[in-house]
Amino acid sequence: MGPLAKSEALACYMFIGLAVVGFLVFQVGPIGVSAYLSFTNSELIGTPAWIGLKNYAEMLQDPLLWQALKVTMLYAAVTVPLALVVSLALALLMNQNIRGVAVFRTVYYLPAVISGVAVAVLWRWIFNPEFGVLNVLLRYVGIKGPAWLLDPHTALPSLMLMSLWGIGGGIIIYLAGLQAIPTELYEAAEIDGGGRRAKFRHITLPMMSPVIFFNVVTGAIWTFQEFTRVYVMTQGGPSNATLFYGLYLYRNAFSYFQMGYASALAWVLFLVILLMTLLLFRSARFWVYYESQVDRT
Amino acid sequence: MKVTGRRPRSRSLGQASSRLLTRILTYILLIGGGVVIMTPFFWMISTSLKKQWDVYQFPPVWIPSPPQWQNYSQALTVYPFQTYLLNTLTIVLFTVTGTLLSCSLAAYGFARLRAPGRDVIFVVLLGTMMLPYTVTMIPVFMLFNRLHWVDTFKPLIVPSFFGSAFYIFLLRQFFLSIPRELEDAARIDGCSPLMSYWRIVLPLSKPALATVAIFTFMDSWNDFLGPLIYLSDESHRTLALALAYFQGSARIGPQMHLMMAVAFVILIPPLLLFFFAQRLFIQGIVFTGVKG
Repeated sequence: MGPLAKSEALACYMFIGLAVVGFLVFQVGPIGVSAYLSFTNSELIGTPAWIGLKNYAEMLQDPLLWQALKVTMLYAAVTVPLALVVSLALALLMNQNIRGVAVFRTVYYLPAVISGVAVAVLWRWIFNPEFGVLNVLLRYVGIKGPAWLLDPHTALPSLMLMSLWGIGGGIIIYLAGLQAIPTELYEAAEIDGGGRRAKFRHITLPMMSPVIFFNVVTGAIWTFQEFTRVYVMTQGGPSNATLFYGLYLYRNAFSYFQMGYASALAWVLFLVILLMTLLLFRSARFWVYYESQVDRT
Repeated sequence: MKVTGRRPRSRSLGQASSRLLTRILTYILLIGGGVVIMTPFFWMISTSLKKQWDVYQFPPVWIPSPPQWQNYSQALTVYPFQTYLLNTLTIVLFTVTGTLLSCSLAAYGFARLRAPGRDVIFVVLLGTMMLPYTVTMIPVFMLFNRLHWVDTFKPLIVPSFFGSAFYIFLLRQFFLSIPRELEDAARIDGCSPLMSYWRIVLPLSKPALATVAIFTFMDSWNDFLGPLIYLSDESHRTLALALAYFQGSARIGPQMHLMMAVAFVILIPPLLLFFFAQRLFIQGIVFTGVKG
């Protein structure tokens, strides 16, 4: 290496140095420690003892863990496809050369700008069985609304309903994707006598599939880590009907200080997410269309 | 995007009226959806301006008259709101500054300076974005606990000065799109990499930097889990944390009108930011959504 290249390399290491240190201290190191902790009975204070696979064996017997897995997977299985269908439908509606797209886009995106505790507090009030706006509106039309978050049967569906409020990001992404589809494709289809349905099925969907795929994957990963809402709105109740995995993990770590068991929980969550992502990638072959692949053949 | 102009001209009357019908239906659906989307906002503001017992009434008072503006001053004084605001702003400002600095420095290194192993490091760095935060959360907590940083703002601020994979990626992509010629000319004139980073690349990257600043601001402003884990003393709480305690507190009781006032005040900065920087928001969202 010449002196110039050497000084450039040195400069490069200086520029990326902080990030690399941060990466080692806040990512690589903790990953190792976390894996180690998951084989110990660490309780934050005192020296942890190595207990082998006991934490993982204990999980198999832990009914709350299974409940948490069930709740989280059910929530993901409903909300991810629901968000996809609704936001894609709205993006299609907005992509019709209509007036005021910018206004609609702003309105629909507005709830996605805000998140966290304030939104959770607001929705808890909306779901109030007696005075919340949902049941008030239902009462106007003579229906006695459910108890929403207070009833074990409706608590999780309530949170699913609420998740629809924040799909604005998806709408914007899909709208951008739709606008990027070359109009020539549609014109060609029209010349061939293709109707609306055919154009959607054979042009829009294939062209959008990479964007849809990416959003389904990231959306699914996000839902598995849901925490703030359930912590603020239901604390996992009633009768553990909304005991999300993230909440159960938080409790083990920061309420019971079972750091060993909580670390094992974290690794199982990671494996579940990994498995789900791999399955999605596997399925991608059958329905995701990449233009670059066609060019190559 | 003008599709209509190029469509074949001969259309029967039936087709024309069916097109008009779809158009009307589209508007009805979109406007209806918009009303549904806005209802929670309306409900929040309406509740926040009611008298305490008007909140619990059927039929409800939709538009309180006269609006109880004093609810806001009352809500903001029941708790030491200024302290919480100051705490939040301190954390947010440091986090935004730290993220901008550390991520842009690293991104410049990855985009412009050649060094052995650079690209491998970059790929490994990106790989960690896949890992759920829950895996690293516990060891990082134990680290800060050992440093006696728990119940200070340091655990919430310091990590941001060490970069974050996603923003490094975003800025690197942007830097790569800036033509190199300017920097090459500057380098011949004896300009150091640090100077070209500071004088040439950063000023040209304002939109990307603003996008990073906005997203960091939002994340930090809305963060709940971080403050929940690290801050225990009441005087150290952030707005989000305080609101969460506020709702379970006996001191507040059934005072939904005050809760909604506080919730709305907390939502104002993100909403204002969105209105003033909408274009950047949308660019950022589109970038995150289609990079795959």
